[in-house]
Amino acid sequence: MARLQLNTLEKTYGNGFRAVHGINLDVAEGEFMVLVGPSGCAKSTTLRMIAGLEEVSGGEVRIGERIVNDLPPGKRGIAMVFQNYALYPHMKVRTNLSFGLFLQGVPKAERQKAVEEVAKILEIEPLLDRLPKQLSGGQAQRVALGRALIKKPEVFLFDEPLSNLDAKLRASMRVRITDLHRRLRAEGKPATVVYVTHDQTEAMTMGDRICVMQGGHIMQVATPKDLYNRPANLFVAGFIGSPEMNLIDGRIEGTRFVVGAQAIDLNADLMARLPVLPKQAVLGVRPQHLRLSDRGLAARITNVEFMGHEVYLHADLDGVAVTAVASAAEYDALDRSDDRICLSPDPDWLHIFDRESGLNLSLRQTD
Amino acid sequence: MTDATLTLARVQAKRRRQKARLGAAMRYLVLISVGLVMLYPLIWLIGASFKTNSEIFANPGFWPQNATLDGYIEGWKTSTPFSFGTFFLNSFKIILPKVIGTAISCTVVAYGFARFDFPLKKLFFGSVIAILLLPNVVTRIPQYLLFRDLGWLDSYLPLWVPSALAGDAFFVFMLVQFLRAIPADMEEAARVDGANSWQTLLFIVVPMLAPALISVALFQFMWTMNDFLGPLIYVSSVDKYPVSLALKLSIDTTEAFAWNRILAMSVLTILPALIVFFAAQKYFIEGISAGGIKG
Repeated sequence: MARLQLNTLEKTYGNGFRAVHGINLDVAEGEFMVLVGPSGCAKSTTLRMIAGLEEVSGGEVRIGERIVNDLPPGKRGIAMVFQNYALYPHMKVRTNLSFGLFLQGVPKAERQKAVEEVAKILEIEPLLDRLPKQLSGGQAQRVALGRALIKKPEVFLFDEPLSNLDAKLRASMRVRITDLHRRLRAEGKPATVVYVTHDQTEAMTMGDRICVMQGGHIMQVATPKDLYNRPANLFVAGFIGSPEMNLIDGRIEGTRFVVGAQAIDLNADLMARLPVLPKQAVLGVRPQHLRLSDRGLAARITNVEFMGHEVYLHADLDGVAVTAVASAAEYDALDRSDDRICLSPDPDWLHIFDRESGLNLSLRQTD
Repeated sequence: MTDATLTLARVQAKRRRQKARLGAAMRYLVLISVGLVMLYPLIWLIGASFKTNSEIFANPGFWPQNATLDGYIEGWKTSTPFSFGTFFLNSFKIILPKVIGTAISCTVVAYGFARFDFPLKKLFFGSVIAILLLPNVVTRIPQYLLFRDLGWLDSYLPLWVPSALAGDAFFVFMLVQFLRAIPADMEEAARVDGANSWQTLLFIVVPMLAPALISVALFQFMWTMNDFLGPLIYVSSVDKYPVSLALKLSIDTTEAFAWNRILAMSVLTILPALIVFFAAQKYFIEGISAGGIKG
């Protein structure tokens, strides 16, 4: 297993379109790194450059001690799992698994042993003599996983491997993959993984660290917890978390954040953290940190989504759409004849962003 | 539901079934009669090949009154020192290298066009298409002069070498289109697995191309078998004649045409093509990459 480094990696297409703008990323040995972002953010392009399927226009890809820019995919010590599985349709599962070893010139007996080993780990032994078209989506994805595993690569690359599966299967495959990663680590064979997805649930649950990308730039690289609690900018704040973080435009006057005709107090700790006062400020507060109360910001309920144990309240706050999460009990206690509510933000979980630069100004500078 | 409504529903269902059956019968009747009209010349050909020469003109029906194998026996002997077997063998001496060469060369060229980027690719592909649109006749004379200078006249080389060098633009075009419809994911997976371009072509692309390659081989087989003009231009010695020329031979050399021999040999001539077609038919229909890629 090896460390993977991207240094000022760039991709410019023949038509002049610049897809990746010189990104830097350092994936530690044995780390599970998730690249996440909306479609078109160049996360797949980045992965394909690591794999060698896409030419690198600038910068370098380093796997272990080697710069692999000019090596063909087969010589980079990587294995890849594709979104479409990309199993060889005319080969049985057994041959699909061992094809890579066959090309490496591994003798037949050894190949067979390796196939059985991998099949056992992924519980695909009964499928070995089937053709890909005789497999269900989940089975095919496990075979694709096995094809990567059997090569014992330095770095595993996953390109949205679960997006063709239904929700239930996706959840179980998610656990299976993280389990496998943990097991390999426990066995002293940690696997370096780069996993591309557009699904933030996958990103949050699977990654040791997450790299959020947008428009060919890296927006933030952090652990899932940090990403959620300390988003570096407006994009990450809006992208991570469900329902989305409320981003309310306004301005800071003294120690108060003013939105429309209303204002809330910002505590001293938060004020102390702001290095400068932005001209146009954005208040960020997660729906979970916006409580129903008697005091606070007055809003009008526009829609209610019942989720079982909690309720999403969509409300209109002087023309700004906000969302709050209330427990079912809190919601039941509301006076239904009146659509006016008061929302009080948790003062410890407020973020202040600069509208212009998009940066989160309220992050503690020391860490 | 009451009994009455149940009975009514049953009666209606029965009527619907009867109507559907009648419709199907009508459809089949039309299809069979049109099919017969189209097949009749072929049926007549086979029937007439068993007639005597005089009966062919006396009896317009296809069923021979006095069936005889004379046409086949005499036709096989031909009016030359060679039997028809020689001519069949000659045909295969052209067909085999041509079909194999076409399949290999067109696959390689199509793979290049479909999967790689190289300078002037658009221009080259454009010229392939241009050649596709060019009438054959236009190139006959320059080609003849070229092959004459190469000293290839009265040999089979002019007939198969151009095709074996991907000279048939139609097949290149057909394979390129087919390849474009196959997602590149499998090939990328193979590259990640460590395959170089040739290994990818051999182990991954060719098996997926199989149905298209069978079509190419089949078309090339039939067209070559039927080709008359090519051998007529380049082959001059009778001992090198393929069947298409040999058939004409029997018309040339005898004053009164022995039609039954010609017809008998025509039947034999279409047999290989028919056999090959029916043997390969199932691959025509077979899907390609089903299952390997989820669409």
